[in-house]
Amino acid sequence: MGNSKNQQLDEGMSLGARRVLANVVLIILSFLCLCWFYVLFVNATRSNGELTAGFSPIPSTHLFENWNNLIHGTQPVLFGMLNSIIVAGLSAFLCTYFSTMTAYAIHAYDFKLKKPMFTFILMVMMIPTQVTALGFVQLINKMKIDDTFIPLIVPSIAAPVTFFYMKQYMDSTLSLSLIEAARIDGAGEFRIFNTIAFPLMKPAIAVQAIFTFVASWNNYFVPALVLHSDKKKTLPILIAQLRSADFLKFDMGQVYCMIAFSILPVIVVYLILSKYIVGGVSLGGVKE
Amino acid sequence: MCRGNRSQQPVISEENIKEKEESVLSNQSSEVSQARMEATYNSANGRGNKNVVKYNRWGYFFLIPFIVVYIIFQLIPLVSTVYNSFYENYMSGLKQIGPNFVGIENYKQLFVSGDIWIYFKNTMIMWILGFLPQIFFSLLLGSWFSDNRLKLRAAGFFKTVIYLPNLIMASAFSMLFFTLFADSGPVNSILMQMGILSEPFSFMSNATSVRSLVGFMNFIMWFGNTTILLMAGMLGIDPGLFEAAEIDGCTSTQKFFLITLPILKPILLFVLVTSLIGGLQMFDVPQILTNGTGDPMRSSMTLIMYLNKHLFSKNYGMAGALSVLLFIITGILSLIIFNFSGNKEAINRKAR
Repeated sequence: MGNSKNQQLDEGMSLGARRVLANVVLIILSFLCLCWFYVLFVNATRSNGELTAGFSPIPSTHLFENWNNLIHGTQPVLFGMLNSIIVAGLSAFLCTYFSTMTAYAIHAYDFKLKKPMFTFILMVMMIPTQVTALGFVQLINKMKIDDTFIPLIVPSIAAPVTFFYMKQYMDSTLSLSLIEAARIDGAGEFRIFNTIAFPLMKPAIAVQAIFTFVASWNNYFVPALVLHSDKKKTLPILIAQLRSADFLKFDMGQVYCMIAFSILPVIVVYLILSKYIVGGVSLGGVKE
Repeated sequence: MCRGNRSQQPVISEENIKEKEESVLSNQSSEVSQARMEATYNSANGRGNKNVVKYNRWGYFFLIPFIVVYIIFQLIPLVSTVYNSFYENYMSGLKQIGPNFVGIENYKQLFVSGDIWIYFKNTMIMWILGFLPQIFFSLLLGSWFSDNRLKLRAAGFFKTVIYLPNLIMASAFSMLFFTLFADSGPVNSILMQMGILSEPFSFMSNATSVRSLVGFMNFIMWFGNTTILLMAGMLGIDPGLFEAAEIDGCTSTQKFFLITLPILKPILLFVLVTSLIGGLQMFDVPQILTNGTGDPMRSSMTLIMYLNKHLFSKNYGMAGALSVLLFIITGILSLIIFNFSGNKEAINRKAR
C-alpha cells in the first residue's frame, strides 16, 4: 500500500519535472528556429556602417533607405519577385487542378489500366527531379522553350506526391454515391468533376496549393538551369548571384534587406494559415 | 456487394475493410442510399449496361493531362539521360567533342577518378550531422506533444514555430547563414563582444565548421516536419496499451522504449528512407553557402553539386552517368518504402 503511494508520488513529481524539461527544451529549440530571422530583420533595418561596427539586437531606422538602394541597385529584385509570383502561382494552380483530376480518374472510374496506373504513379513518386535534369535541359533546348517560364510551370501538372495526397483525401470524403446522383440528374462527367468533385476537395486543395506554391517559390536547381536572361530570373537565382558576386563590394544592409524580402511573403502566408499547414503535413504523410 | 467491393479496390487491403464498413453503415441508414450504393457498385464494376462502360472511359480522359505531361517532361528526359550516359559528349574549350558512343566508359571514369567517393562521403557526413539530432529531437518532441498527461501549454505555438524553417527558401536561409557566420558577421562580433574569441573565427575555411553548419541548417529545416509525422503516428497508438502498462507500473521512459518505439518502427523506417533520399539530393544549402565550390578543399561538395557542375560545363556524358547512378540508388531506396507502403497507408489513415 505504502509502496504504491510512494510510486504515485514519485510519478507525480516526475510528471512535473518532465513538464518543466519539455518546456525548456521547446523554448530552446524555438529560439534556435527563430533567432536567425530576428537577426535578419533587425539587420535589414541597419545601415552598412552600423552593421560593420558590430552586432546589436535593437532595430535601427534605415529600412527604407536599404529598400530604396535595393530596388534601384543592379539586381532586378522587383522583376525577381514578379517572376517568382507568376511561376509559383501558376504552378500551384495547375498542379492542384490536374492532380485532383488525376486522382478523380483513379477514384471514380473503373477501367482496365486503373490498377497499373495507380501502382505506376506510386512507384515514380520518389524519383527526384535532379536525376532527369540532364535530359530535361536538352529537351527544352530542342523545343526552344529554354529561358521561358513554360518548363517551370507546365511540368507541375504531373505531380505524383500531390496526386497521392488528393487520392487519400478523396478516399475519406468523396463518396461515389454523390457522383452517381449527379449522373442520374443528367450532369456530364466533366461538369460533375468541375462543379461537384473539385469544390468538395477545397480543404485538400488549399493545403496542396500552399505546399506547391512554397516549393516552387523556393526552387533553385531547375530555374538556375532554365533561366538565363536577367529579367526572367526568379528570387532564388538572384540570391545565388548575390552570393557569387564579390561580397565585400556590397552594402550589407541591402544584402539583409534582399534576403528578408525573399522570405517574408512565405512567413506571412504561413503565419496566417499555419493551422491548416501543420495539420496538412501529417495528413499527407509524404512531404520530403 | 462485398465481392464488388473487392474487385473495385484491389490495391490496398485496408481500403476494402474501410469501404465495407462504410457500405454496412449506409445499408442501415436508408433504402434510398442503398439503392444508390448498388447502382454505384454495379457501375464501378463495369458489369452494368452500356452506358456504364461508356462513362468509365472518362477515367482515361481525365488521366490524359497527367500522362502526356509526365511522358514529355519526366519520361523522355529520363530515357535521354540514360542514353547520354553511354556517349562521350563534352566541350573542350570552344570545341564540342562527340557525341560518340563509348559504352560504359563514363561509368568507369566516374569510379576510377575517385571524386565520386569523396562527394558521396561528404553528402553522407552532412546528412548524418543533420539527421541524428533531427530524429532525436523529433522523437522527444513527438512523444511530448502526443502525451495527454503532460498537458503542454502552447503546444500549437511550438508546433507552428518548429515547422516554420521548413518553408523558408533554402537558398535564402543558406545565404543568411553565410552572412551571419562571415568573418565580419554578427556571430563573430557577438562572440568577440562576449570575450569568447579574441579574433574572428573563419567558419567558411574550416571543413568541420562548414559541414556542421550545413548539417545544422538541415536539422533546423527538417526536424519540425519529422516531429509532426512521428506525432501523428504516436497519436494513432491505442491508448489502452499505455493504460495497461501504467497499471503494470511502467515508467514513461519504459513506455516509450517498450511500446512507442516498436510500434513506430514502420514510420521510423519511412522517415529514415525519405530523409536519406532527400539527403542524397542535398544541393541548395551547400551550393549557396560555398558558392558552388564545395570549399574548403571540396569537403562540402555533394553529389548533386557535382552533377550541377557537369551540367553547367556541358559535360553531358559524365552528368548522364552520375544521374543514372543516383537514379538507381534512389530507386532501390524507394522500393524499400514501396514494400512497406501497406504500413504507410495505415499511418496515413491513423493520422487523419
